[in-house]
Amino acid sequence: MNLMMLLEMASQGFGDRVAFKNEGDELTYAELFEAAGTVAGQLRAGAAEHLAILDETSLALPIGVFAAAWAGRPFVPLNYRLTGQELESLVGQIAPSQLVTAPDRAEALRALPGADVVDRESFLRAARKSVEGPGESDWGMDPEEIAILLFTSGTTGPPKAAVIRHKHLVSYILGSVEFMSADESDAALVSVPPYHIAGMAAIASSVYAGRRIVQLPNFSAERWLELARSEKITNAFVVPTMLSRIIECLDAEGRQDADLPHLRALSYGGGKMPQAVIERGMELFPNVAFANAYGLTETSSTISILGPEDHRAAMDSDDPAVRRRIVSVGQPLPSVEVEIRDEDGHALGPNERGEIFVRGEQVSGEYLGKGSRLNEEGWFPTRDGGSTDSEGYLFIEGRIDDIIVRGGENISPGEIEDSLLEHAAVADAAVVGLPDEQWGEKVCCVVALKEGQQASEDELQQWVKDRLRSSRTPETIAFWEELPYNETGKLLRRKVRAALME
Amino acid sequence: MAVLKAGTRLKSAVCSSEVMIVAAPKDEVDLSCGGAPMIDMAADASGGSVAEGAAEGTQIGKRYVNEAGDLEVLCTKPGEGSLAVGGVALAIKGAKPLPSSD
Repeated sequence: MNLMMLLEMASQGFGDRVAFKNEGDELTYAELFEAAGTVAGQLRAGAAEHLAILDETSLALPIGVFAAAWAGRPFVPLNYRLTGQELESLVGQIAPSQLVTAPDRAEALRALPGADVVDRESFLRAARKSVEGPGESDWGMDPEEIAILLFTSGTTGPPKAAVIRHKHLVSYILGSVEFMSADESDAALVSVPPYHIAGMAAIASSVYAGRRIVQLPNFSAERWLELARSEKITNAFVVPTMLSRIIECLDAEGRQDADLPHLRALSYGGGKMPQAVIERGMELFPNVAFANAYGLTETSSTISILGPEDHRAAMDSDDPAVRRRIVSVGQPLPSVEVEIRDEDGHALGPNERGEIFVRGEQVSGEYLGKGSRLNEEGWFPTRDGGSTDSEGYLFIEGRIDDIIVRGGENISPGEIEDSLLEHAAVADAAVVGLPDEQWGEKVCCVVALKEGQQASEDELQQWVKDRLRSSRTPETIAFWEELPYNETGKLLRRKVRAALME
Repeated sequence: MAVLKAGTRLKSAVCSSEVMIVAAPKDEVDLSCGGAPMIDMAADASGGSVAEGAAEGTQIGKRYVNEAGDLEVLCTKPGEGSLAVGGVALAIKGAKPLPSSD
């Protein structure tokens, strides 16, 4: 098993289709195949044991992914916002590497130990200079070979590299995508950064489906809408903050309808989607099929999906139990199993809260130098809290590590945040636990108010008190302009906590 | 007869078909295409022809399974022969369409 096999099939099945497009530049599947072979040859001739990319999304990304697979070198997309010691430490973990980067950064990075730095434009020129045609299909077929190393975002600790082997990604693709299922006119707009698992999964699944990817390197709602119109985009994936911005942009233009006649499917994931945002989204995109995808880096992307019909059924229902499913992540893929377990590892029934465990061929659960986190039966503890309802719909309740323990009682920040978000003046809310002498931890909160709206600390405390048990009432509420998120839409609770501790 | 391993690629001895093993039983399997045993990618094709009754063809991207459900292969290159185990034709595995999520 090797990712290259997917590209080889695409290249044989529909080689002349455009595979990737970035601004005016594009690559067909056959050209991508040939470029991957050319770069693989260069990699094999060199000393690099990893191929890393520290750059925004470009055509070098798919070439890099497949060339590394062909050459048998793990591919490592790094966060291009990293600098200094943090970057040096990550590059140190993958030395010796070839490091592809933006032309204006190459010079400064040459001092990094263990990295052979190449600027993106030279990399692309060398990749497309093939004179011999595609080489022999001599990539390894060992399913255990490492395809990708992805440093997780580390919202709680220092980043660690998740190990994703060819068998994980290939089984995810074979289990969820039908070969050549896209029409030649289909186009997916990809705006997640290269170091996000959704970006990697999008490359593999679009190649296998034969769906052209249009790359949007630096997300802005205006540019996203512009490209969606000009490129006749049919499919797109966004993180929740991106959908919020797109909606704000459409609302600011006073539109009742997004007016993207080609867009058929919009999937989202990578963080919690506020209910108000998805409901407004469904109004603005009335003919679009929404899908909420839940997954982790360690599970090679999606393991559970709330599909388009589920979205409609939830919106159209008067039954609160069905309506609530709009904020669920739907049901597990047929190829994976999900269980909710208590602290002692016992499986829990419907509507009981615990930790989400997952098992399946796409589940890696392994970190570089730290081994596998899978238990003897192959289950991966996600560290996400959650529950299922009577029909098996999965609800995510945030990271277990974020749970506040106040006087022996477990309090989920999400529950309090959801309650605050129902207040008309509240735009965003973050709840964290801070050390407390009497209770062990106390519930503290930061709120961002909507523009032009007012609400006092007392008023919001009373609001929560009227809706939840008294232990949930925030002891303090601070008012900030906006909350800190990383660039893929994850709330940075450690920053909130650190600021409140000061 | 051979013990097959997930990830292994095989080709037909009598047509252009190629497959990858997705899942295989522990025991030896007699996997054929076009009526002739499938061979290692590096092996030389015999140059024989597709047998009558084994010429339904293979389709790229389709997954084929045996009746027991413990053998699954992915067709990575199409050809004229059809896939069989112990002379019993493999069936195309029904697609489970999922909403596109990435």
